[in-house]
Amino acid sequence: MRRFRAAVTGAVTLSLAFAATACGGGSATGGGDDSPKTLTYWASNQGASIEVDKKVLQPELDKFEKQTGIKVKLEVVPWSDLLNRILTATTSGQGPDVLNIGNTWSASLQASGALLPWDEKNFDRIGGRDRFVESALGSTGAPGQDPAAVPLYSMAYALYYNKKLFAEAGIAEPPATWDELVTAGKKLTAKGKNGIGVEGSNLSNNIHQVFVLGKQHGADFFTPDGKPDFTSDGAVAAVKQYVDLMAKHKIVAPGNAEYAQNQSLSDFSKGKTGMLLWQTASATFKAQGMKDEDWGVAPAPVQSGEPGTGTATNSMVAGINMGVFKNTDNLDGALKFVNFMTSDAEQKILNKAYGSIPPVKTAQSDPAFGAPAVAVLRDTLATSATALPQVPEESQFETVVGTAVKELFADAAAGRAVTEQSVREKLEKAQQQMPKK
Amino acid sequence: MTITVASRHDKSGPGAQRQQDRPGARRTTRRSGRLRHVSLPYLLLLPALLLELLVHLVPMLMGIVMSFRELTQFYISNWSEAPWAGLGNFRMAVDFDAPVGQALLKSFLTTCLFTVCSVALCWLIGTAAAVFLQERFRGRGLLRTLFLVPYALPVYAAVITWVFMFQRDNGLVNHVLHDQLGIGGDPAFWLVGDNAFWALLTVSVWKGWPFAFLTLMAGLQNIPRDMYEAAALDGAGVWKQIRHITLPSLRPVNQVLVLVLFLWTFNDFNTPFVLFGKAAPESADLISLHIYQSSFQTWNFGTGSAMSVLLLLFLLVVTGVYLLVTSRGRKAKARA
Repeated sequence: MRRFRAAVTGAVTLSLAFAATACGGGSATGGGDDSPKTLTYWASNQGASIEVDKKVLQPELDKFEKQTGIKVKLEVVPWSDLLNRILTATTSGQGPDVLNIGNTWSASLQASGALLPWDEKNFDRIGGRDRFVESALGSTGAPGQDPAAVPLYSMAYALYYNKKLFAEAGIAEPPATWDELVTAGKKLTAKGKNGIGVEGSNLSNNIHQVFVLGKQHGADFFTPDGKPDFTSDGAVAAVKQYVDLMAKHKIVAPGNAEYAQNQSLSDFSKGKTGMLLWQTASATFKAQGMKDEDWGVAPAPVQSGEPGTGTATNSMVAGINMGVFKNTDNLDGALKFVNFMTSDAEQKILNKAYGSIPPVKTAQSDPAFGAPAVAVLRDTLATSATALPQVPEESQFETVVGTAVKELFADAAAGRAVTEQSVREKLEKAQQQMPKK
Repeated sequence: MTITVASRHDKSGPGAQRQQDRPGARRTTRRSGRLRHVSLPYLLLLPALLLELLVHLVPMLMGIVMSFRELTQFYISNWSEAPWAGLGNFRMAVDFDAPVGQALLKSFLTTCLFTVCSVALCWLIGTAAAVFLQERFRGRGLLRTLFLVPYALPVYAAVITWVFMFQRDNGLVNHVLHDQLGIGGDPAFWLVGDNAFWALLTVSVWKGWPFAFLTLMAGLQNIPRDMYEAAALDGAGVWKQIRHITLPSLRPVNQVLVLVLFLWTFNDFNTPFVLFGKAAPESADLISLHIYQSSFQTWNFGTGSAMSVLLLLFLLVVTGVYLLVTSRGRKAKARA
């Protein structure tokens, strides 16, 4: 009898254990609702923390519920998880109804077929395509296809600098070219400060920087027919120029090689670093106790002359797009929600809260977006920012080239030489890791 | 399971004998009762078996199917339509002249070295601690509890604390090594570059040895104390007692322990993922994270699945050989 009882206990325990494991697995939560009165929304983490995002978004969602009677279940997803969560949702078909995506992923996610295409009819539901700024529309999917998402928040890179440290080092003007930036950086390091901060272990940030430098060297990282082209002379020069800020010019502290959690922003806020290339950093500076008058903002540097298009590009088109999951059970509600979030009023409220620029033309006229700190970003976006390659392999490109740059920073930090040869080798390896079509 | 059923048969023997004296009308009830007794354990195991199928076997089969397909971002929302790749993914994974194969081989060798070092250290520290805490002394209970702390902590929280400690500029490790002990020139990097291997090994051993300790401590309880007393009377010192009594008696425990530690360490994903993020430094690029990157970061799910299948085959072969060798050893000993 004892053995029999043991078998029973064992069986029950096992089933419980397996049930627990099944629950603990990374299955996608949420899912389309059969009820037309609810929507699930995955928001990307935009503010200083997830809690901040909830505080910003919840009142707006309540407003939407009051207007339409549709309740929106909000989940703020950290950046590090977002792409994986979307991929899981795509594979299982169990995703949210509406979601935020990084705009650089648009073409990759478009290729997966998981997102609702924004054809003329769908655009009409939210006031038409013409409401949006052209550069922001440029990163919503592959050219010639209906966009996979609509722009929600727009951002661009600018050069943030610490006014006090600049004064102490005798730097009168923020640098406008890379040579000037190196000179300013050396003056700062001579005073015991770090010249400029980088996030050496953050793959996406690495890509944003080397993509812009690539543009300035006439390289695109992809051929016009969409094949990876990571080893062109321009691409090698771009990557080398970026890593040389640490390897050759020594104006980046070696410790930055392991930064991936925005530590360079804390260093800047604490007055350890004089310059930073970042997108919409003001809210974070404030959250970390830096006063608005202590920092200045200037257009990101170019090789020579004024920022503009082509080789005078000084930023990628950064931003967040809003997509609708194709298999939503509440398409009507989802479109209503996108319409609400991209309405003039909401665009003003949300972009003010996040320090970003509205991609909706009519909302941009609000005086809040004309303040000096934001105006630089707005003008950059309008005149000198270029969208990352809109190819399905963009996500892989971020991973493999971003990793190559990370490894080169690690070499530089360890005091190993970073040469044209070593840069080319890393980029060649990256290119060969791209899936063959 | 078989034992359980057999025992039911054994026990039903005398009962059946008794029942023979009773009227035949009751025979049917008796038979169905016995049937119920025999089948009930199977019935009770059924939910577990079904869940096991769902949780383990189905994904595994799906993974095997995926490894034969060209599964990229173009097909993930409807992956059953991905074109067949034949053995293409496997060929790519083991083409050691191309970067994908090269990187996989390097990652495999790194993982082998890492696993051997980690398992050996976990076992050594675990054994030493278990033997040490075998003797009764004041504070033994407290030490036993303390030793189990790493095992009790949630992996994520523990490893993220290590991340802070390994930071080059503000971390505790460099503070102690560099600032207080004055070792080396510049403070070292632990999370990027070559040292990352040692950082990973440290965390892995810190996390793994309490399990060895716990298992071996349980094993030690089963060794009769009088064996030691007899040995002591015969003049055997502590070392001789450990060599000739403790270690041989722990053999069956160790066989399972080493196998489990090996499998866990070889497959460990959480530690490198939390420690290094999505792209581990080359020196610490363990195979589980490498496969994750091949699948989820470069969206090359077909190749990633092929790599997983190869890993599964490797682990099956190693486990099989290990079990064969150890059971042969045991049988030989039993014969002797």
